[in-house]
Amino acid sequence: MPPVLNVENLTVQLPAGADRLNAVEDVSFSVAPGEIVCVVGESGSGKSVTAHSIMGLLPRRQFTIASGRVLLEGGELLTKSAAEMRAIRGDRISMIFQEPMTALNPVMKVGDQIAEVLDIHTDLNEGERRARALEVMEAVRLPDPERMIDAYPHQLSGGQRQRIMIAAALVLDPALLIADEPTTALDVTTQAQILKLIKELRERRNTGVLFITHDFGVVAEVASRVVVMQHGKVVEQGTTEEVLRRPKHDYTRMLIRSVPSLSPPARAPIDNEPIVLQTNNLTKTYVSGGFFAKRRVVEAAKDVNLLVRRGETLGVVGESGSGKSTVARCIARLIDPTDGAILIKGADVAKLSASALRPHRKRVQIVFQDPYRSLNPRRNVGASITEGPVNFGMSPQAAHERARELMRLVGLDPDALSRFPHQFSGGQRQRVCIARALAMEPEILVADEPVSALDVSVQAQVLELIDDVRKRFSLAVLFITHDLRVAAQVCDRIAVMHKGEVVEEGATAAVFGAPQHAYTRALFDSAPGRNFEFGKFET
Amino acid sequence: MTDTAGKAIPIGATMFGGWRPLAARYPFVVVSAIIITLTVLAAVFAPLLWTTNPLDLNPLQRLRPPSEASWFGTDQFGRDIWTRVVYGTRVSLAVGIAVAVLSISIGLFIGLTAGYIRILDGIVMRVMDGLMAIPGVLLAIALVSLSGASLTTVIIAITVPEIPRVVRLVRAVVLTVREEPYVEAAIAAGTSLPMILIRHVLPNCVPALIVQATYVCASAMLTEAILSFLGAGTPPEIPSWGNMMAEGRAFFPIAPRIILFPGAALALTILAVNVLGDGLRDRLDPKLARRV
Amino acid sequence: MLSFVLKRVLSTIPVMGIVALTVFLLLRLSPGDPAAVIAGDYATAEQIARIRTQLGLDQPILIQFVRWLGDLLRGDLGVSIFSNLPVSTLIAQRIEPTSMLALTTIVFSVIVAVPLGVLAAWKAHTWVDRAVMVFAVIGFSVPVFVMGYFLIYGFALGLRWFPVQGYRSPFTDPGLFLSHITLPTLALSAIYIALIARITRASVLEVLEEDYIRTARAKGQAETKVLLVHALGNAAVPIVTVIGLGVALLIGGVVVTESVFNIPGLGRLVVDAIQKRDYPIIQGLILFFSLLYIALNLIIDIAYTLLDPRIRY
Repeated sequence: MPPVLNVENLTVQLPAGADRLNAVEDVSFSVAPGEIVCVVGESGSGKSVTAHSIMGLLPRRQFTIASGRVLLEGGELLTKSAAEMRAIRGDRISMIFQEPMTALNPVMKVGDQIAEVLDIHTDLNEGERRARALEVMEAVRLPDPERMIDAYPHQLSGGQRQRIMIAAALVLDPALLIADEPTTALDVTTQAQILKLIKELRERRNTGVLFITHDFGVVAEVASRVVVMQHGKVVEQGTTEEVLRRPKHDYTRMLIRSVPSLSPPARAPIDNEPIVLQTNNLTKTYVSGGFFAKRRVVEAAKDVNLLVRRGETLGVVGESGSGKSTVARCIARLIDPTDGAILIKGADVAKLSASALRPHRKRVQIVFQDPYRSLNPRRNVGASITEGPVNFGMSPQAAHERARELMRLVGLDPDALSRFPHQFSGGQRQRVCIARALAMEPEILVADEPVSALDVSVQAQVLELIDDVRKRFSLAVLFITHDLRVAAQVCDRIAVMHKGEVVEEGATAAVFGAPQHAYTRALFDSAPGRNFEFGKFET
Repeated sequence: MTDTAGKAIPIGATMFGGWRPLAARYPFVVVSAIIITLTVLAAVFAPLLWTTNPLDLNPLQRLRPPSEASWFGTDQFGRDIWTRVVYGTRVSLAVGIAVAVLSISIGLFIGLTAGYIRILDGIVMRVMDGLMAIPGVLLAIALVSLSGASLTTVIIAITVPEIPRVVRLVRAVVLTVREEPYVEAAIAAGTSLPMILIRHVLPNCVPALIVQATYVCASAMLTEAILSFLGAGTPPEIPSWGNMMAEGRAFFPIAPRIILFPGAALALTILAVNVLGDGLRDRLDPKLARRV
Repeated sequence: MLSFVLKRVLSTIPVMGIVALTVFLLLRLSPGDPAAVIAGDYATAEQIARIRTQLGLDQPILIQFVRWLGDLLRGDLGVSIFSNLPVSTLIAQRIEPTSMLALTTIVFSVIVAVPLGVLAAWKAHTWVDRAVMVFAVIGFSVPVFVMGYFLIYGFALGLRWFPVQGYRSPFTDPGLFLSHITLPTLALSAIYIALIARITRASVLEVLEEDYIRTARAKGQAETKVLLVHALGNAAVPIVTVIGLGVALLIGGVVVTESVFNIPGLGRLVVDAIQKRDYPIIQGLILFFSLLYIALNLIIDIAYTLLDPRIRY
């Protein structure tokens, strides 16, 4: 069968002054009907630019298409006029994006946003459009379409919004669907449902799907063929089997090896070490509403009991809204718990006042998720690292010396202390944050999704660093994450949280091998590519 | 490594890297800066700029049109208009700068405390809302009427209505910065509240405040002129542009220049300050464009 | 929805309270003897004493406040010292010209400014955009009365298209009303148009960066519809906000405009009161305008619920 999409030697230039000449260079691949082709790469690989070029959505002030051809069902796209492209978009090619929260117009009903596609490309009257919209909403398995069609985006959940986007994209049965990281912003369980939906729709309608992602688990789960991109170039492509099991290019091999396995390695139990951190019935409740609004009670964390020993890593795993971040921030006393005890080596810090709390602050330090917001952009990194020790009476010179040592420890040049955060990459910034946390000589390190915002290759290095640091300083590490693979690799024990409660807890190998709670089982079942062993190459 | 450096955030030192490319890209702003500099120079060197005494009454020379001897002509009392326009720069600049400095300082202090101490926040914002509901010009008129006209009174009267807007601005910045992870990290590091305000919050307010200061300066000059025009501003002995226009009203049909020359000077100065403010805003804090 | 409306209405009460308190304190906290200031430099001791009694300044401060507040709630805004008429009567006499001027200004400004702002945002960074922004900053900077005098000089004295000053009611003669109201409206609108156009442009530009705009384009939607339906629909809230906030600027401008064009409205009332040092009128007008402003913003707040469903539900 002739391919739906044919990209031939596509080259897109960046404006002068960018870090390289071309956003994408000499990129060629094709998508056949009914096939899901995954374009995989890290940030800056050019995969999004490629997708936007195909759709004709590239901002012309920043990008120029220098050469190449893009053929949709045999017809050249790049030479079409703006009006001709508009006629094709939504009708023959559709695109869905990463953030369902912001991709829908907040002041327009979701039904109208689906019907809009019909309004642009067909002559159907209002009643007919509504009927078609309802039809497609059922096809994407949305509950109660009759009511939902008149709802507004903010009334729907993330997964439901993404389904609406898919509905709008598929209502006119396009030949090609481009999906740009459509599940990255969704919970693991929701992600599994959306992936299943895409596979199903692809089968029923024989749509060709171009699926952009950075997650190899997703690739293993849905892809028929894989295209690997780096720095704007295609480094390797082939069937899923070929690329994942017999990768030829070094970069591909490195990427695949960096994917943590879902099988936890054997770990020595740490039972005879003293307990450093313990929470008893930790509870955090938010109450909102006053005189006239309805009183809403949200139990962000309920009766959470955790314990971490010296030198141990306890993973707290859960989806968004599970309460894991709330627990982390309570422990670091960035928010005040409503009830319960937080014992640091026996001393209860849960209800201490600000001044009584101060001496305890040294003992718990936290590394945050977003490397771009964790450092004050107006102060050099040296100032950020030394701020803590100086607060507790260390002289600036001594603090600076310690900062230099720590920079070396985390693998950065000590002379870089005078530089500002924007001069470092994301992974480097995370290292600086780890150095900052260590500067206080804490006993407990709380890592709140420390690698979620990093590329997979960088992720591996930062995880290694955290592990190294834990061993060297015999830290107790509380590791918060939603990524099951990461949890499997780095945690000695894990606690699974759901809707504010700990539903299961135990040694990592035990929980992963034989999950007891229904939610834990559902969670593991949703992990994409769970049946695939990454890194076991056949060459 | 595929990990690339993040987007650069403009920092003080690199803010105006080189004035030549700047002039090319922002011609209007550069022109405005020149106009403002000239105005300041006129204010400082007023006696040296071919002027006579602005208060000199010269009834024999009344209502003379522009000539070699008197560039802008004379008004109904025989006073030289060019001289009075030049001396008027002193009043406008004094008021503009004084109000800007005062309102920003006071507003900053109130905004920081309100943003961080939750109990105060509700009360302070209600008071600010109340003050903003009163039309600024009327409030200034009332204040001047009650305290008698003098330059100090006028400055205070114009400052008071400008404060709420600054407070809102500062508070908005404080509320966003408060949520940033690096502030939480500082809290975890044991930094005290005052230090957090000074070290982390304040630097984030500075760009927005610089921009706001220029807008306040322009607004203050405008308000002073309005007040003087209405008779509730600077006392008539002081040659301000507003006063000149108020006094020139009766003679407008015969000698419109008594109003038009100071009017043009006023408009030009305010325009220059506003354009400068826009230029600073685009460079320092583009998000301000959405606020009033 | 009803609870939302109720909440908003109730939240204006503390604000009105602050306004009332501020105005009350203005007189009592000023340096020196307020009665003497009002009486003027050449007043005798008896005149000062009379004014003091008239304004109730001889009573203990708490009683003053309670009585004053009571008067306020009954709609009594004070009595003019010179004419001995209640301020509310004076306001009623002069309100028509001011409201007509305000109305024509607001309508004219919105009709001109919003499309200009949208146009500037659509053609951002081109000469069209720059031109609009240059006009906007000029309108923002030239004081109302300077603008007024230039307009009179050019169009009334020069070209003789319009009368130099004065006001005619639309209810007696619409034609004359329009010719008299044109120059004042133009002078007053300049700053309002500038403000609205700037904020419209900025809001639309910001909205155009949002993801759902990209989604609309991905559906093949025409640019005009993207701009007018998707972008403007979401930029409506900040635009409506600035229209409301701009009314405060308008009030100041009205005072001056009526002075320049000799329109017998509330603005002239203020100017006369300044000259005669008739403080109760100034005070009464401050209260009147403030409460008007609060009411207007309340209506706008409630209008938001029509514009943004996130507020409604």
